[in-house]
Amino acid sequence: METHVHDVLVIGGGGAGLRAAIAVAETDPALRVAMVSKVYPMRSHTVSAEGGAAAVIKPDDSLDAHAYDTISGGEWLCDQDAVELFVREAPEEMLRLEHWGCPWNREPDGHVAVRAFGGMKIRRTWFAADKTGFHLLHALFQTSLKYASIARYDEWFVTRLLVGEGRCLGVVALELASGEMHALLAKAVILATGGGGRVFPFTTNANIKTGDGMALAYRAGVPLKDMEFVQYHPTGLPFTGILITEAARSEGGWLLNKDGYRYLQDYDLGRPEPTPVLRAMELGPRDRLSQAFVKEMEKGRTIETAHGHVVHLDVRHLGEPVIEAKIPFVRELCLTYEHLDPVHELIPVRPVVHYMMGGVHTDLTGATPLPGLYAAGETACVSINGANRLGSNSLTEILVFGARAGRAAAAYAARAPAPTGPTRAQALDEERRVLSKVRGDGGGGERVATIRTAMQRALEAGAGIYRDEVGLRRAAEGIEGLKARAQGVTLDDRSHTFNTEVVAFLELENMLDVAEAIVHAALVRRESRGAHQRTDFPARDDNRFLAHSLAYRSPNGPPRVDLLPVTITRWPPGERVYGR
Amino acid sequence: MPQTVTIEIRRYRPEEEAEPTWQRYEVPFWREWMVLDALNYIKDHVDGTLSFRWSCRMGVCGSCGMMVNGNPALTCATYLETLVPGPVQVEPLRGFPVIRDLVCDLTDFITKLQRVQPWIVRETEGTPAQGEYRQTPDELAAYRPYAMCINCLLCYAACPIYELEPGFLGPAVIALAQRYNLDSRDQGREARMDVLSEHDGIWACTLVGECSTVCPKHVDPAGAIQRYKLDAAVAWVKALVLPRSGR
Repeated sequence: METHVHDVLVIGGGGAGLRAAIAVAETDPALRVAMVSKVYPMRSHTVSAEGGAAAVIKPDDSLDAHAYDTISGGEWLCDQDAVELFVREAPEEMLRLEHWGCPWNREPDGHVAVRAFGGMKIRRTWFAADKTGFHLLHALFQTSLKYASIARYDEWFVTRLLVGEGRCLGVVALELASGEMHALLAKAVILATGGGGRVFPFTTNANIKTGDGMALAYRAGVPLKDMEFVQYHPTGLPFTGILITEAARSEGGWLLNKDGYRYLQDYDLGRPEPTPVLRAMELGPRDRLSQAFVKEMEKGRTIETAHGHVVHLDVRHLGEPVIEAKIPFVRELCLTYEHLDPVHELIPVRPVVHYMMGGVHTDLTGATPLPGLYAAGETACVSINGANRLGSNSLTEILVFGARAGRAAAAYAARAPAPTGPTRAQALDEERRVLSKVRGDGGGGERVATIRTAMQRALEAGAGIYRDEVGLRRAAEGIEGLKARAQGVTLDDRSHTFNTEVVAFLELENMLDVAEAIVHAALVRRESRGAHQRTDFPARDDNRFLAHSLAYRSPNGPPRVDLLPVTITRWPPGERVYGR
Repeated sequence: MPQTVTIEIRRYRPEEEAEPTWQRYEVPFWREWMVLDALNYIKDHVDGTLSFRWSCRMGVCGSCGMMVNGNPALTCATYLETLVPGPVQVEPLRGFPVIRDLVCDLTDFITKLQRVQPWIVRETEGTPAQGEYRQTPDELAAYRPYAMCINCLLCYAACPIYELEPGFLGPAVIALAQRYNLDSRDQGREARMDVLSEHDGIWACTLVGECSTVCPKHVDPAGAIQRYKLDAAVAWVKALVLPRSGR
């Protein structure tokens, strides 16, 4: 087994990972930084983000306004010290991206243009048409190529963290092309592997979003924070789950029920106006809009299709020039995947799993409780997203906290001693575990896809938009049973060269850990807040639950879930008011 | 409409066989299905050994390019319905070494991409405190089409030169170089010109234009190459006439 030595390892090559790697290279060019990603960086899921990235830049806006929109949007579960520094550092990070070539849309005078987004009182979303994530990712990836100190291990899949002497000492990874396992030693490791929407059956998330970094940390004893908060985006295309960006509504799109009625007016989101009103109606927050869909369906006012109930998103009145200029990707996606032209036709949409507010517990620098281990982006939970992330904060978050984690890891690596200790034995153990799966040892004939599908169904049934004790208990039992069954998976593929089936198996194991944390955190939170709605505890309970959940993995049985008080600085918990 | 459709896949498992072989699979036919859905059905339910790359399934990550019935295509954006009754033939992208099955080796592309310095080059870099570099909507429009490249490499598979001239930078890399050359914020044109004007650069292209035809994002690499040839020729003439001012 080969061993490679670096100073800082970045796991994941999306926006957060690339920004972190660049931050390490800029902080200290002498540090040997390496990025390890299971896909080529430009394939990372950041590529799919559409609408934009929020940062205060216009004179009519203020940092406090951005902070308030974020904190009220997150139903007061955000740590306010984190939000304050996030909004403060956001403009600088966005300007840096501008200097690195991101093709932001512009005002006629050459300044960066901004658009509105859901839950936002003042326009502050920078955008590159409706392919913002794509442009941001490619700008970061291409810029990263100029830093000679950044090495890359493309298409290497990290399967385990190496831990000894009470700190993180590196990782073990599978090189896909050869099928060989490698030990990568480092003084600091940054997890930037994104979210894990694939634990659900219907999601905007790419196939690679399997919660890998969350599971790696969880198994190393690091708690996962606020995992019960899963964001459903209100507008996904049926069957595929492809996202139709919120920008379609910020540019003036309407949500209509089967009678052509703008039903959001019935859910305390304001009155319908012909043009968009900020923080109202279609520009309400995502949790409230997805919940309104469910209520509307219960009233029998949605449209039944072969792929579930839908409502309609209507952008026809915007006209072709606006659609082409501001949301061309929406049109492209509808034409390709729904055979319809939104210039002339209604778009069928339904809520779809989109984002995990929760993740690896970190402090404001991206440091986890395990020395030497950092996390940033959707993998991490700082938390700025609270109980419901504000649309267009996630792209900004990967920049601000990717950079912070990179700088903190660089500073730590500069003073930490070289990794020693029990890494060799751990790496060999891991090699044995993965290669025995490829050999087919001890399999019980189960297929990866069978267990994956059962897991996704269990989670959707028990931990969807609305939850209760009975459903969550059933989901927890289901996941526990599937974890046992997963050990009986037998692979068809005994080859070492680019064995995608063993990767799918290892991803399944990661997802089962993430699913377990979601369900058990949801059981503990006996209140309703943001994206976590308990029909058996419909009210918010600030006395007991103005607190983060922390799920610690147990070797046998369910995780232990602790509570950690939220940091409040200047915005005492209040009512979330939209449209009035 | 048929109940099932036959998919014929070019397999290659280097640990088991010296040469690629064809394998046939029968999959259900659904109107909603893309070619990628058929491949995933095979992977999940029939034969877990089939290897291919995919991720976003919405035509933007660029992972799932393959030859479908002989043409380069994104399998996540190609309906089975357009290919029935079949059989539908799926092969790895042409012109690249095959690692296994439908997975090809992209190292050459990545190396060449880095060579053209695909980043903003400035004599002095601005600081965030100085605010944004101004860029008008017209200046943005000048390079934006070339910034739409998703690196799916269908253009390489379509290019008759790339297969024959291993040194040729290829359509996407030249288009991406042009993306930065045309960006009003960039000052790296000359450095890139040195790489692009080498023998292996743009001069190898015979302007067949297949690259632009197959591009799923309408990037028009052929247009980028043509424009570059003109610029390079002008620079070359200038260098002859005015050797001191050079390029």
